[in-house]
Amino acid sequence: MSISKEEVQHVAKLARLTLTPEETTSFTQQLNQILDYAEALKELDTDGVKPMSHPMPEHNRMREDQVIPSIERELALANAPEQEEGMFKVPPVFKG
Amino acid sequence: MSQYETVIGLEVHVELSTKSKIFCGCSTQFGAPPNTHTCPVCLGHPGVLPALNREAVVFAMKAALALNCEIAEYSKFDRKNYFYPDSPKAYQISQFDRPIGEHGWLEIEVNGEKKRIGITRLHLEEDAGKLNHMENGEGSLVDFNRVGVPLIEIVSEPDLRSPAEARAYLEKLKSVIQYTGVSDVKMEEGSLRCDANISLRPVGRKEFGTKTELKNLNSFRNVERALEYEVERQTDLLDEGGEVVQQTLRWLEDQNKTKVMRSKEEAHDYRYFPEPDLVELHLDEAWKAEILATIPELPDQRLHRYVTSYGLSDYDAQILVAQKEISDFFDQVVAQKADSKQAANWIISDLLGYLNTESVELAQTPLSSEGLAQMIQLIEKGTISSKIAKKVFKEMLINGGLPQQIVEEKGWVQISDESQLQAIVEQVIADHPQSVLDLQGGKDRALGFLVGQVMKATRGKANPQLVNQLIRKQVQS
Repeated sequence: MSISKEEVQHVAKLARLTLTPEETTSFTQQLNQILDYAEALKELDTDGVKPMSHPMPEHNRMREDQVIPSIERELALANAPEQEEGMFKVPPVFKG
Repeated sequence: MSQYETVIGLEVHVELSTKSKIFCGCSTQFGAPPNTHTCPVCLGHPGVLPALNREAVVFAMKAALALNCEIAEYSKFDRKNYFYPDSPKAYQISQFDRPIGEHGWLEIEVNGEKKRIGITRLHLEEDAGKLNHMENGEGSLVDFNRVGVPLIEIVSEPDLRSPAEARAYLEKLKSVIQYTGVSDVKMEEGSLRCDANISLRPVGRKEFGTKTELKNLNSFRNVERALEYEVERQTDLLDEGGEVVQQTLRWLEDQNKTKVMRSKEEAHDYRYFPEPDLVELHLDEAWKAEILATIPELPDQRLHRYVTSYGLSDYDAQILVAQKEISDFFDQVVAQKADSKQAANWIISDLLGYLNTESVELAQTPLSSEGLAQMIQLIEKGTISSKIAKKVFKEMLINGGLPQQIVEEKGWVQISDESQLQAIVEQVIADHPQSVLDLQGGKDRALGFLVGQVMKATRGKANPQLVNQLIRKQVQS
């Protein structure tokens, strides 16, 4: 299994990362090394082993439906680069 | 007749009415000042961990069971990755390949024809924040009160064949969810939201055509209108030899048309992966049985009961069960020994008529089930005429109170005492000799006129049947 430069660029775009051509080349190489390493695991016989999504044996950890006080709005907005009317101000997402 | 067949599938999001959010203890209450129901967890601050609300899981299972879904033995959460200012974590905790429920169905009826619509899946996820677009176009303002409110997403099979069927499905879905009590399903408050996928294909072809996705359908009417618009638009395109482009369209209510939001090229690539901060869910038989036992009578069962036990028409029964509040009220009235057909009539024509004209909900009026039940009994006993009952009913709707008291206070009690009426009848007969002659000559219309005169003289209080008898007796003698 291997990953192409185009795939790396696509993933970078989805993650909003801008890569230089040198970075693209080196990340493609590095990612392929990781994927090759994972490939080695395929040698193991996994017949009869159920697919696993989590490494913990725990399940059904839940809390009761209880409201606990929220934080002050000033605190919630403290890190906002811009705010207005008690809300986070962001660049426009719809035009027109 | 169109040469194309319409294929529609709906994606419906329903906010669950838990008290707290799905992964933190912030309140879910609607309408609070912006950003007052937030905390580091729902704001997506680094290092925080989600703690799953048990009630959200219970509600999702309850809805899934009510929609005839199979419940997953093993379920889990996944991260859906995307960048958008309504999502502070840059991912939404949702469910990808192990939804809570799958393979459900809902029965709808359009033009007297019943049809079963498949439900592909029902999964649990967190809601996003609300974006308010600034009018000057300078930016958008984000309110995170809604982020983390538990949602269920219900995806239908592409089984719907017309905008009318889509609307019927949505109305039925709303009604079933409302009965289970897991959501207040108010489209106007956004606790029920709908997106639609629609494509056309030549009649008889098996493969689906290219679909478009419609968003911003914020009322039942808009769902139907937007789909009708899209059927027309796609038909025209195909007729001209063109092709439908796969894209997401936004319904512009004020302009009665759709507008492109994004095309397939920009379509999302969500890179789902298992949420590492939440452990698996095991939904075993015992838990399922426990939840199943809490599901109340659903609209279809109620409809069946109304038709078989009370002899109501299918049509009337459907009107009653469509809204749980109305149906519950009907049941309460009947439980207080009022005639079920009378109760149905009063509710369907008078009560619903009033609620529609005034645009109010039943709970906003002071009318009690006791009041309506008592009023129906008073009509049966002949204490009040149905004409007076209309006035009593209006009085109860506006000012409340019980009918017995109202008729006494207002002096609306029906006069059923022969001796009291006799003198008035004699007077009316003496005043209208021509009508008497007409009646004797077989003109029954004259009888109506004479009864009317007596009613007028008693300001509507006379028992009309009795007046009828008295006049006939008098005229014949």
